[in-house]
Amino acid sequence: MSLEPKTEKRRGFLARLMKLPAAAALVSLIGPEKLLADSEGESSNPDERLYAMGIQVDKCIGCGMCVDACKAENDVLREPFFFRTWVERYEIHHDGEVTVESIGSGTGVSALEEEEEEALRLRSFFVPKLCNHCDNPPCVQVCPVGATFKTQDGVILVDSDYCIGCRYCIQACPYGARYLDPRTKTADKCTFCYHRITKGLLPACVEVCPTQARVFGELGTRSSPLHRMKRMNSLQVLKPSLNTEPKVFYSSLDGEVR
Amino acid sequence: MRIWKIPDQVVRLAILFIVAIVALVVVRQKLIPESFGELGHYRAEAVTIATELPIHYAGLQACVECHEDTGEIKAASYHRSLTCEGCHGPAADHVEDPTEVLPLVPGGRAACIRCHGYRPSRPTGFPQVIENLHNPMEPCMSCHDPHDPTPPEVPESCSACHGAIARTKSVSHHWSLDCETCHEALPEHRESPRAFLPSKPSGREFCGQCHAADATSSSEIPRVEIATHGGRYLCWQCHYPHFPESR
Repeated sequence: MSLEPKTEKRRGFLARLMKLPAAAALVSLIGPEKLLADSEGESSNPDERLYAMGIQVDKCIGCGMCVDACKAENDVLREPFFFRTWVERYEIHHDGEVTVESIGSGTGVSALEEEEEEALRLRSFFVPKLCNHCDNPPCVQVCPVGATFKTQDGVILVDSDYCIGCRYCIQACPYGARYLDPRTKTADKCTFCYHRITKGLLPACVEVCPTQARVFGELGTRSSPLHRMKRMNSLQVLKPSLNTEPKVFYSSLDGEVR
Repeated sequence: MRIWKIPDQVVRLAILFIVAIVALVVVRQKLIPESFGELGHYRAEAVTIATELPIHYAGLQACVECHEDTGEIKAASYHRSLTCEGCHGPAADHVEDPTEVLPLVPGGRAACIRCHGYRPSRPTGFPQVIENLHNPMEPCMSCHDPHDPTPPEVPESCSACHGAIARTKSVSHHWSLDCETCHEALPEHRESPRAFLPSKPSGREFCGQCHAADATSSSEIPRVEIATHGGRYLCWQCHYPHFPESR
């Protein structure tokens, strides 16, 4: 029996041990992010981008083009109660009463009907709504099988092949952004048009919005139109008290909007 | 002879445990999808599936690549912020096969009224018409080119655009006043309304020309002490000039 291999092992170990502090010093000098970062194109790395949307409420004319485009792009059922995105018409009356209706893809009430309500109305406006792609999503937390999840770029998706249709996430969403697709019996919701944004296109609703009330971009990227919107407006999110940290930002949002 | 022997009941239990563990491993292998847990508590494959869904809206860039001339006209008009597919429908199929699949060409009034019909909930300043009063039955396109909607003949009267204000004023005590009495609008305002905004009166003295106690206007016009009436408020903070008797 020779001692050779054992000493060899020990020697090698000691040598490696000596290298360790040197390597650690090197990493701290260069910075660990640089070593881990993808060498080719930074925005192509889903780790380094965070998609978000801005909605300028004072620009929304309630035409519902976004709703129609969303349904066409994502094969959403045409019935007026399946929406990935929808537009709400808020009406605040003189006596403080607030009425909200989802106008879906049309302006809902005809001009004549609106005229009749004129005596009651104090102010009125449209608010587009969609999944808020929360940074702290309650729907993901409650999914019993891991069929809904947050991607690395911050988008909340549903894996419809894996969803068991228990509807727990639909209950958990504080924004009412989810519905059960009766064809597949699985939960469905806005994906920020994930198949478009990953190819550099805009989400369908942003693409067709005639007044550019909807703005899409990456958080923390200075060249993104969202950055300009965030710079020029005071922003709010929906239900901030729930600590869901939404990534859909609203400007000129009325205090009555829930 | 061995001093100790594993008792029979322990052996049987051990066999049960081994069977259970093997079953667990096999079932886990079978039930948990391959890519589960690669990126988090979900199937990494689902992300790939989500990125590979078909695209229906080709995007403005794809349209103007061929329809360059129309794109240029539109880009210089008030419809510059619109995308082609908003009115013409999703056109990715048309981009794939330009001759066989033709996009929608909307006609009539409905497609325009959708955005430009008057709704009180719409933001002030967005161009709207009351569809039953603005040339009813006439298709919009007979006067407005949708790619450059400014009509070739600019309107002569203020009420052509400011219809709601004109109608309100017509039933108020100010019905006999012309818009020019209070607003000074340059002729360019008719062609480029927002670049050349008309003037608005800025002080109490302006209303005082008719309503001050010492004004030389007709004695039927109500008079107030223009320096003190209403305290620190300006006239139009209480009286809407187009309908001054309203509250």
